[in-house]
Amino acid sequence: MKRSNIIMLIAALLPLGLFLFPLWKITLEAPQYPTPLGMYIHINDFSDANPHDIKNINLMNHYVGMKYIPDAIPEFKIFPLGIIITTVIGLLIAFKGNYKWFLFWFILMIVLSCAGLYDFYLWEHDYGHNLDPKAIMKFTNPDGSVMGFQPPLFGTKDILNFKAHSYPRLGACFLGLGIAASLIAFFMDKKNNKKTVPI
Amino acid sequence: MKNIIKLVTATLSVLIAFTSCNNSKQSSSGALASNVADKVYVAPGEHDEFYAFISGGFNGQLSVYGLPSGRLFKVIPVFSQDAEKAYGYSEETKPMLNTSYGFIPWDDLHHPDISQTNGKLDGRYVFVNGNNTPRIAKVDLTTFETTEIIEIPNSAGNHSSSYVTDNTEYVVAGTRFAVPIPQKDIPIKEYKGNFKGTLSFIKVNPEDGGMSIKFQLLMPGFDYDKAHPGRGKSHGWFFFTTYNTEEASTLLEVNASQNDKDFIAAVNWKKIEEYVNNGGGKTVPANYAHNVYDEHTQMATSTMKKEVLIVDPSEVPGAVYFLPTPKSPHGCDVDPTGEYIVGSGKLSANVTVHSYTKMIDAIENKKFAGEAYGIPILNFEDVLAGAVEQPGLGPLHTEFDNEGNAYTSFFISSEIVKWKLGTWEVLDRQPSYYSIGHLMIPGGNSQQPFGKYVVGLNKITKDRYLPTGPEVTQSAQLYDISGDKMELLLDFPTIGEPHYAAGCPADLIKPNSKKIYNLEDNKHPYATKSEADTKVVREGSVVHIYMTTIRSHFSPDNIEGIKVGDKVYFHVTNLEQDYDVPHGISMIGAKTSELLIMPGQTETFLWEPKQVGVWPFYCTDFCSALHQEMQGYVRVSAANANTPLKWSLGEDIE
Repeated sequence: MKRSNIIMLIAALLPLGLFLFPLWKITLEAPQYPTPLGMYIHINDFSDANPHDIKNINLMNHYVGMKYIPDAIPEFKIFPLGIIITTVIGLLIAFKGNYKWFLFWFILMIVLSCAGLYDFYLWEHDYGHNLDPKAIMKFTNPDGSVMGFQPPLFGTKDILNFKAHSYPRLGACFLGLGIAASLIAFFMDKKNNKKTVPI
Repeated sequence: MKNIIKLVTATLSVLIAFTSCNNSKQSSSGALASNVADKVYVAPGEHDEFYAFISGGFNGQLSVYGLPSGRLFKVIPVFSQDAEKAYGYSEETKPMLNTSYGFIPWDDLHHPDISQTNGKLDGRYVFVNGNNTPRIAKVDLTTFETTEIIEIPNSAGNHSSSYVTDNTEYVVAGTRFAVPIPQKDIPIKEYKGNFKGTLSFIKVNPEDGGMSIKFQLLMPGFDYDKAHPGRGKSHGWFFFTTYNTEEASTLLEVNASQNDKDFIAAVNWKKIEEYVNNGGGKTVPANYAHNVYDEHTQMATSTMKKEVLIVDPSEVPGAVYFLPTPKSPHGCDVDPTGEYIVGSGKLSANVTVHSYTKMIDAIENKKFAGEAYGIPILNFEDVLAGAVEQPGLGPLHTEFDNEGNAYTSFFISSEIVKWKLGTWEVLDRQPSYYSIGHLMIPGGNSQQPFGKYVVGLNKITKDRYLPTGPEVTQSAQLYDISGDKMELLLDFPTIGEPHYAAGCPADLIKPNSKKIYNLEDNKHPYATKSEADTKVVREGSVVHIYMTTIRSHFSPDNIEGIKVGDKVYFHVTNLEQDYDVPHGISMIGAKTSELLIMPGQTETFLWEPKQVGVWPFYCTDFCSALHQEMQGYVRVSAANANTPLKWSLGEDIE
């Protein structure tokens, strides 16, 4: 097996790390929470950073009319399936394909990841803006519009008394490494082909 | 004239000398004060180095302080009802205060002692004694709650009590006031020979800390004042000071002070344990309460025990000896090596120290001076290790550091005296303000003392604080003992009488302190785990309300169909699972205290409405931004009304 194909094999397998490690983490800091509230987003689940954090996030958020973080969302079924399918495709490519297929897989993964991030953004936006009209506390922006409480997609943001952090975790690193590895496999194989073509 | 000038000059110079002296003194004490302040300053948000569990004496509770700051963290209700925490008021905790005399809402709590493993503090439990209605209680240091109380039968004035052995095999409870055993109607003047004192050995289950009386040693009718287990080499023995070996029953201040020497009773509990395990002792009828709080059902149950095992020491040869000790010894303290047994004759001019090695030698060579009620008396000179000569007046208690020094409190001369074990030389003395009783070094009665601080637990306060009428605060004092000389650092007020204390490095306890009770582990029979499960159930004239709390509402918060004459039980579950979010509840006209319910906990109070009307209840603990909105109503109809039973939250009834 060519070295580039071995790298492609690794590239195809790395995203499976998403089944072992969380994809993303949202952390909420406030003076009353010396241990910040936190939520891990897995490929198929939400989980507490510390026991009962999601329950306590829900309790905080109900004051401004935000919905409870659901136990399950359709993405928890779609995303794992997507990862399994792309891994199978990646494995087929690793065994049978060449650099053109490596590039195909790379682009496929980039497109799907962007779609995933966009989906995450849409959910966050809805979560932060679709507020209960009977909310206990209603806040408005300086321009008079209703204040939203959307956590950042990536980075850190002040939301009332909370400081919200949103960053990728180990699972996302596995995905990123896998995607990067497929690109490396592509360049290596392409170089090899160039060398071999004249002969 | 010359003489007058001389006189004036002399007077002036003396005055100047005094003034300048005053000035220099003030500035030096100012500098000293700031230095001392640094030593007790714990910056905002930082934690103290030690926990101190200070008894409340006649307050009946155990308080938790931080050292070196002297800040009060919690008052743990043990033997007294506490309306703030609903202890002894809630239906769940009422059985904790049950005794063979019925419900007793108070006791006199004296001697906290922390559980040990291998002679070192393990930070699992604090054991404390109730003097008046003899009881031993156990406080769990994961929850800082009283979880068990066992009554001691055949005892009165349970004072030489709640000290634990090296591996917490036993906690002991000794009798101060001898009584007829079993109790009977006899003339008081027939005290001598007819009254007895028991020394109870309470077995502690190593797994769950559960207590049971293994045996009671039936001793002569002396007053068993203080006790201390052997340590290390003397592990397996227990030592008890006695007074009133005269066996007087009246005017004891005179009549019990006649003998030149009383005794320290040395009890070989391992020998008696073996005797008992082989079927020794006599099971006799008794009646005493054993109250256990179950953290999972969150309820206390009280069981009456009907018999107890009595051991007559004369039937176990080699089990008990008397060590003559001068002048009504009070404190009985064993040093960390287990070699020295310090008996402080409170009317004696010196502090007597016995040697464990010499005691064993005297026993092996059968060097007895006589016997009392069949118990051999050893010769004073044969067991004496030495004496601290003329250290002060009224020696009471001794604790130890980890460098072979002892610290003895002197009530009458109001001071702490530091002396050297082995040489008996006095090294330092510091006044106490005023009239110190016990003193405490964290771990200072174990094999591993933490000799950084000593806390003086004073009996008299007088002018030390702003006055508060005839009754002034009780008070403790903190001294730094890390140097050659002791240094007074801090006065701090305490609850009740700070009788004795037990200190422990915070790191042994802090990591195990629970933050919440897990709702899923709540096995309370009336627990409600979600708002969907809330309900009101009528059984004849008894109504059970299954209620929940969560920020910031009760569920249900509107209830109708209650009738005058009903017995209404509010079973309230706090659904919160966040650290430090308790909710309270109180009902207008309820003849009980509020409830203060920790996250994941269920508690119950009883309300018996007497008038028709619509009656509010509300949350008593400021729980959230909408705490003031956390309220509800109960409609009470006439006894013969047909108002249907209904309950709701967030919608109008009907």
